[in-house]
This record gives sequence, C-alpha cells and structure tokens, in this order.
Amino acid sequence: MDSQLRDQIPTFGAKPGAAGGASLSGGLTSLTSGGGRSAFETFIIILVAVVIIGGTELLLGIFQVPQYIMPKPSQIGMALITEWKFIWPHLVVTICELLIGFAIGASIGFVLAAVITQFPFAEKIVTPYILLLVTTPMLALVPLLVLRFGFGWEPRIIAVALASGPMVMINSATGFRRVDLAKIALARSFGASTFQIFTKIRIPMAMPMIIVGLMVGSIFGLLTTVGAEMVGGAEGLGNRLNYYSSMIRMPQFFAVITLLAIIGISIYVFFFWVGKKWANWEA
Amino acid sequence: MVVEGASKFYQARSGVVHALDNVSLEVREGEFLCILGPSGCGKSTLLWSMAGLHGLSAGRIRLGQEPILKPHPEIAMIFQEANLLPWRNLEKNIELPFELKRIPPDTARINALLQRVGLKGFETKMPRELSGGMQQRASIVRSLAVNPSVLLMDEPFGALDAFTRDEMNLLIQEIWMETQKTIIFITHSIVEALFLADRIVVMSARPGRTQEIVDVDLPRPRGVDVQSTPEFIERVNAIKAMIDHRKA
Ligand SMILES: Nc1ncnc2c1ncn2[C@@H]1O[C@H](COP(=O)(O)OP(=O)(O)OP(=O)(O)O)[C@@H](O)[C@H]1O
Ligand SMILES: [Mg+2]
Repeated sequence: MDSQLRDQIPTFGAKPGAAGGASLSGGLTSLTSGGGRSAFETFIIILVAVVIIGGTELLLGIFQVPQYIMPKPSQIGMALITEWKFIWPHLVVTICELLIGFAIGASIGFVLAAVITQFPFAEKIVTPYILLLVTTPMLALVPLLVLRFGFGWEPRIIAVALASGPMVMINSATGFRRVDLAKIALARSFGASTFQIFTKIRIPMAMPMIIVGLMVGSIFGLLTTVGAEMVGGAEGLGNRLNYYSSMIRMPQFFAVITLLAIIGISIYVFFFWVGKKWANWEA
Repeated sequence: MVVEGASKFYQARSGVVHALDNVSLEVREGEFLCILGPSGCGKSTLLWSMAGLHGLSAGRIRLGQEPILKPHPEIAMIFQEANLLPWRNLEKNIELPFELKRIPPDTARINALLQRVGLKGFETKMPRELSGGMQQRASIVRSLAVNPSVLLMDEPFGALDAFTRDEMNLLIQEIWMETQKTIIFITHSIVEALFLADRIVVMSARPGRTQEIVDVDLPRPRGVDVQSTPEFIERVNAIKAMIDHRKA
C-alpha cells in the first residue's frame, strides 16, 4: 500500500488549497439545510407534521376515500403495530443487505479513490468508466444477476455494492484531489513517511468529501436494495411492497413505506452527525 | 550550515526556469541571517533545498558535515501562512511533529513555549478561531517544540498587518536571543531584514544570485523605535541603492 500511495515530492510554488473540489459547504450543507435548528424551528417542523397527518386523516374521513386507494394515517399506524411481527424479519433482511453491500462497495470505492488519485494518468483512464457505473441504474442488472446467482442474497448485495461504490469513489476522489502542497511539505519537513502523509494529511483533508460520498452512496444503496428486492427477491421490505400491493392491503403497504422512510432519514441523520463530528472544520 | 554552488532549474511547461544560479553562503551557528530579494528571485527555492524538501540541480548543502538531501530533525521550517491543520485544535497541531516522529510530546516544553508566546489557555481553540498573528505564533511553537537547532522561515509574517508584524518581529528577536537558534529568515522587506538580521544576504533577480552580504551591527535588543533613527534609515537607503544600482 505504501508504495502505491507514494506521493510526489511536493513542488512548491503551487498556492495552498489551490486544487479544486467541492467543499463540505458546497457538498454536505447543500444536502442539509445548514447549521443547527432553534427550538422554535423544531417546534414548527413538528407542528407541520401534525397538521399534515391530522389533515390527511380528516380529509380522507370526510371524503370517505376507500382504504384500498389511500388508507388513513391511523390505519397505517395500526397496521405497523399489528403486522410488525410479520414485517420485522424482512426489515432485518433489508438492513443486512444494505449494510453488507454498502460496506463492500464503499470500501472498494474508497481504496480505489485513494490509489487512483495518486496516478493522474490512470485516473483519466478510469474516470469515464466510473461515471458510467454512477449513471447506470444498477437495478437493471438485477434480473441478469438473478439468472446467475438465483433468488438469494447475492444478486441484491452485488447490486447494492455496484450502486454505492462508485458514488463513494467519485466523491472521495474529489476529496483526495484537493492536495495542499504546503501541508504535505510541512509534514515532510518533520520527517513524515508517505503513509503518515496519507493518514495525517490526505485523509483528513478529503474527509468532508468522503462523508458526502458515504451519505449519497448509502442512500443510493437503499434505493437499490429495495428495488432489487422488488425485482428479484423472496424476502426484504421491497418484496413486502410487492406482496401487500398485490393483496391490496394498503395500510400494510404504507406501513412498509413508512419504515423505508425512517431508514432513509436515519442514514441521513447519521452521516450528518458524522460530518459534524469529523469534518466540521470546513463549515 | 553551508550552501555550496547551489543551482536549480525548474522544468516548467513554458520551458526551463533558471531559479538559482551558483549560490554559495555560509550560515554561522546561532546567527540571524536574513535573505532579501525581489519576488521570484529564488528565495523559497533556496530555503526549500536547505530544508531538504527538494533537491538541487547542482551544488551541495551541508549541516556541519552532514549533506542535506532529505528533511533533517535539527532543521525546522516555518511557512508563509501559518500552515496549521484546520481539522486539529491548537494543541493537536503543536503535537503533530511528535506524532510524526512517534515520540511522546514534550508537554513541559510545549507549555513553556505557549506561555512564552502568550497562547496559554487557547489549546482547545481551532485554527479558524485564532487571529493571523496567533496562528503564526502557534506555528512557531510547533517548530520550536521539537527543539531544532536551525529554523528556516519563509516570509513568515508577510501576510500579517503592520502592527502585528512589528509585534512578531520583536517576539522572534526575543526568542532568538533566548534560545540561540540559528535562524534563516526570508523577507522582501528591507526594514524587516535590517531590524532582525546579523547579516543580510541580498539576492539579485532571476536567476537568483547572492548579490551582496551586508553586516548589520545595530546593538541588541532592538526596539521598534530603532526603525526611525537616521542611522537605520541610512542603512535602508544604502540597501535600496544596492538593488536599484543593480537594475540600472
Ligand atoms: N515548481 C515550479 N515549477 C516551475 N517554476 C517554478 C517552480 N517553483 C518556482 N518556480 C519559479 O522559480 C522562480 C523562483 O521562485 P521562488 O518561489 O523561489 O521565488 P521567491 O524568491 O521565493 O519569490 P517570492 O518572493 O514571490 O516568494 C520563480 O520564477 C518561479 O516562477
Ligand atoms: Mg517565496
């Protein structure tokens, strides 16, 4: 690893921080709505949620919308409770697939980004293919993967890894490209090894973009997990969506949707918190 | 520290840049040497070579008898911008050299230095919370903490305002008198060079050559007010004339 990550002897003259790349403020904060919220803002947000849920409940009641078209929030809540014992094993499956696929994809993406940015020529060659992976919906591959691997976990995990890896890779690479030669020279002047420069300068420097990549990658991963379960899976929340909609059990269907929304928001909040903790220096 | 016939060519896209041409100088132990020269004359190039950060096209640099081919533990460099790592607080920034050398930080020494430069109590502050002067003081502490015998400073106060700059000049003079380090200090301010230096190396425009070496025998410690004495102004003019003369 050490020799692969060899950094060029810094030629000075380049201005510190001259290398481009979106900053956390352009990356994370555009995904988040900026800094902290006041108690008042939190109150308003909760109030809006209450109004929407209550209003929906009321309107669906007034107009007597049949349950198979749009169940009331209270019915969805009830379904979530009564159906929980049937749903949770599928929740576990979905989360496991997501975690495993994401872990594989993100690790490969991260390492690839760290290595490839050290070799500008290789980077130029590889980048279009990575872009291809980013822009192609990996869901399209699932039927193909099912033919090869069957209806088990494998095709879904592969699809998740393929969906999240390139996202992590492309954002991390942007981060790693932001070399600040003065900081590398500083570390070298204190006798830093190439590996130390990597761990103490390059990684922290790239961290804001790495976190953006992990966040976007994991959300892409979630979409792909559920999609893959809908296309070719006998289990998982995606499969439940198919099942409940085919049975026209709409409260249960929406209960699953609610769970998916909660997973998505949790992922987002988690990485927002990670960013606050590990990359707050750039805000 | 000795520089012998240092030459350096850069391979730029527009062709070869001749940055240094046969520069030789001898830095005496414990001396405060200023290198003065117009922008682009190769001052930084020379200093980076002395720090072992890049090689020369020709010539040699020695510390005592040891050739300097890579960074040396006895030589520390202070950069133009304070160059603190923005993701580390002040304390963690100062401990960086120890981390890189895999030795426990010398907390007693660090604390004494922080006290000395007036940064005690700011250890947990992030760099962005510190003023430019404070950041540069922190970077001085970072370099002195590992107790090098030679300090290389590349226009360390160039980005500071005039008042802070005077203050920093006084501080660095005091630190130099207390610690007896060898300091090689780059500047393009004649006043700053005269105020600080025992000797000034005046460099010519590209390719950089040593044009002249000026002894500065003003008594120490020097206060900011020496800068307005006729004696001082006379010396400033003499160096200016040197540079103008060369241009003509
Ligand atoms: N990496 C590089 N590649 C090509 N040319 C370079 C490089 N670094 C410096 N130069 C050129 O070498 C010459 C000397 O540069 P150097 O930075 O040493 O000058 P300087 O005296 O420190 O200038 P300043 O006062 O502006 O800092 C300049 O003309 C510069 O353009
Ligand atoms: Mg310079």
